[in-house]
Amino acid sequence: MKDAGTTDCVDSAPGSVTMTRKRAKTISAASLTLPGTAIAAGEAKFGLQTPQTIVAHQIYDLHAIILWICILIGVVVFGFMFYAIVRHRRSVGHRAKQFRENTLVQIMWTVIPVLIVVGLAFPATRTVIAMKDTSSADITIKITGYQWKWRYDYLGENVFFYSQLSTPRDQIENRAQKNENYLLEVDNPLVVPVGKKVRILLTANDVIHSWWVPAFGVKQDAIPGFVRDSWFKVDTPGVYRGQCAELCGKDHGFMPVVVEAIPEDKYKLWLAEQQVKNAAAIAAASSAADKTYTLAELKSEGEKVYSRSCVACHQAKGQGVPGAFPALTHGPVTTGSIAGHVDIVLNGSKKNPAMAAWKGQLSDLEIAAVITYERNALGNALGDMAQPRDIAMARK
Amino acid sequence: MQTPLTLSGDAERLGQPTGIRRWLTTTNHKDIGTLYLCFSFTMFIVGGLMALIIRAELFQPGLQFVHPELFNQLTTMHGLIMVFGAFMPAFVGFANWQIPMMIGAPDMAFPRLNNFSFWLLPPAAILLVGSLFAPGGATGAGWTLYPPLSVQMGPGMDVAIFAIHMLGVSSIIGSINIVTTILNMRAPGMTLMKMPLFVWTWLVTGYLLIVVMPVLAGAMTMLLTDRHFDTHFFNAAGGGDPVLFQHIFWFFGHPEVYILILPAFGIVSEIIPTFARKPLFGYRSMVFATCAIGIVACSVWAHHMFTAGMPVAGQLFFMYASLLVAVPTGVKVFNWVATMWEGSLTFETPMLFAVGFLFVFVVGGITGVILAVAPVDVQLQDTYYVVAHFHYVMVAGSLFGLFAGTYYWLPKWTGHMYDERLGRAHFWLSMIFFNLTFFVMHFLGLAGMPRRIPDYPLQFADFNMIASIGAFGFGLTQLLFLYTVMKCIRGGEKASARVWDGATGLEWTLPSPPPHHTFAAPPVIR
Repeated sequence: MKDAGTTDCVDSAPGSVTMTRKRAKTISAASLTLPGTAIAAGEAKFGLQTPQTIVAHQIYDLHAIILWICILIGVVVFGFMFYAIVRHRRSVGHRAKQFRENTLVQIMWTVIPVLIVVGLAFPATRTVIAMKDTSSADITIKITGYQWKWRYDYLGENVFFYSQLSTPRDQIENRAQKNENYLLEVDNPLVVPVGKKVRILLTANDVIHSWWVPAFGVKQDAIPGFVRDSWFKVDTPGVYRGQCAELCGKDHGFMPVVVEAIPEDKYKLWLAEQQVKNAAAIAAASSAADKTYTLAELKSEGEKVYSRSCVACHQAKGQGVPGAFPALTHGPVTTGSIAGHVDIVLNGSKKNPAMAAWKGQLSDLEIAAVITYERNALGNALGDMAQPRDIAMARK
Repeated sequence: MQTPLTLSGDAERLGQPTGIRRWLTTTNHKDIGTLYLCFSFTMFIVGGLMALIIRAELFQPGLQFVHPELFNQLTTMHGLIMVFGAFMPAFVGFANWQIPMMIGAPDMAFPRLNNFSFWLLPPAAILLVGSLFAPGGATGAGWTLYPPLSVQMGPGMDVAIFAIHMLGVSSIIGSINIVTTILNMRAPGMTLMKMPLFVWTWLVTGYLLIVVMPVLAGAMTMLLTDRHFDTHFFNAAGGGDPVLFQHIFWFFGHPEVYILILPAFGIVSEIIPTFARKPLFGYRSMVFATCAIGIVACSVWAHHMFTAGMPVAGQLFFMYASLLVAVPTGVKVFNWVATMWEGSLTFETPMLFAVGFLFVFVVGGITGVILAVAPVDVQLQDTYYVVAHFHYVMVAGSLFGLFAGTYYWLPKWTGHMYDERLGRAHFWLSMIFFNLTFFVMHFLGLAGMPRRIPDYPLQFADFNMIASIGAFGFGLTQLLFLYTVMKCIRGGEKASARVWDGATGLEWTLPSPPPHHTFAAPPVIR
């Protein structure tokens, strides 16, 4: 009942450096035979996904052993049961034997399960200890869960970025053909080198999330206010996909985890590239601090921020969801004082905890832009605007 | 001619209120049992309809019928309604009907309290279901109500907390009543070790309820004050800990699982000997296993939290303790099989459901052992594998146990035989559709589909479609159950006192239906 179709399981996305010709064939065959419902290449169908780390291997083997033991026990129990059902029925003329106890049998079927359970506990204990050993890691990455995206901080490298679902809305709402990695694709995947021990530190910004990559055997809750850790070491380059595993609100089903494992030399190049990008972004932000933007500039920048960070709750036209997420069109905040508007975006709402504090996630320019956008679009036309320096002042 | 709702003997009813006042003011254990059972079936249908909306949404990838907020509300309400509204009251209904008859008592120990504990339920249920219409809808934090997500929820969450408090009070009162009845009102000569196993399982269940329901009430109250009075029990920014809630919740939640299954064990332990025409094998070990399960149940709660980040020692302790549950549970299964062994078996509907229970419960037990192994659990936690596992234990375990018990005692309660053909059809359809729905969920979970998601990646499409088809079949089949029971209440072949030729026990010494006051004079136990 297990592992049919799990022999070829590295989920190498098209374009991945390591995709072999054989896998490429599998993908094209799958998409030819099952248009629309293409099975992601090599995904497990009846069993656990192909393990890619030592821990995942141990889990895979443990599961296989226990499953077989359990099937064996099941066969014995059901064997006796069905034998009785077939042979010891009144319709075949069987007479009941009146017995109540059998001490030997009863002791046996208490002691044998105890021994099986103790036997199982040994390999399981070994794996538990291995899973918890996060010492002497080569790289440490801090992962923060947000509603509904992940933030990855490469500690000591000055690199961080957010990672969120990149599947277009049209595919989710059935207006477009769903592609192969539907709901399992992100804008910025986590990039790690192969063969290195990666320690991850997990926390969350708002509610509990859970970071899960099945092929790594890593699932760890990200708990706001606390830091938990886990680790993995990937052996084979490839793209590995998972999802948030702890209910975290409305878009819980829409915050995938994607990890790209690449050779170390490529990783070094990638890291350097990211450092340059981050430094440029910081420079841009500091030059933005004193600049005065026009309404049109702020609005067009704000529209981008809105569609990335606000649209999930407040909706495309600012209409919100009655009862849950307030409308921005003619809303009390978006048409009230600009100071109040800045405050709620920066610090979140006391009244409705679903409104997050954005001061950690968005730059001064982004906050100024999105506030200006909300006051001059989505059916509002107040004509006023916020400049990055106003936001910097409000932060103090 | 009897009116449809008159389920027990009428001769002594002279002077008693009739119509709606009879049901509002009743202190009779049989009437209250009937009320409990009708209430729980209503909630079963409501919770089932929610499940069908969920399965309709999951029939295909993409969002079709409900938006994600409503989807979360439906999964949450489905869980809360099934656990607190359908299953717990159903078992209390069985306890009300059966325990006085099985121990030779005239009624329950506290008849007025009995009435009160039932009449707390309908307002609580109205609140719970009505919270769907609160501003922002019902709570969508999952039936486990983990903060900080549950702190984010709208006023629907407060309504749900209030409803859970009322259901909890009802449960505590009900179980105190049952425990007192069992301990004080047994007929002379019926020692504890002569009690029918159904009574034993309820004794342990009653104690479990008294232990854990106040803990749940505490957790709910802390949640409420966190929401409105900034108490920060579960808020790290104020010095609290979100994981503390999980510990408190599961200290209630795990014993709750056994609360929902132990009485079903009891029912099956009554039925199998009857249709095997031989005594229950290993009665004493059954009693000890029940007590052992009750005790171990209180020390395995954190196996629901293996991914929350416990230290190694914690993980190991809870893994070992959880694995240990397999031993007494295994003893019970072996005893049932041994009871069937060398019997003279017949397969009327109660026996079909009892054997069906045994079959699916073993499957659920096996996946339970697999989930108890911490490293494997890390891989499977919060996936459809867990959904499959607990539906095997709850739907198949508890519900099939309840169905078995209903068909077994329905002739006693109504005085009429049910339609055997319809009963068998109900069993086979339930069995087939149940497995169609839930077996494939094991594969979904192993392959990596998280639970509580309104939309899923494409590789999960075909199994989800199968599960949805099965769910609709299973839902429709339950209308057949309703029809069969209604038909039996309205009429049918007259049932004798000892309905089943292999039945033993005090309830079969009473006429069918039993008189208004069960035992006016205590029966004699040899």
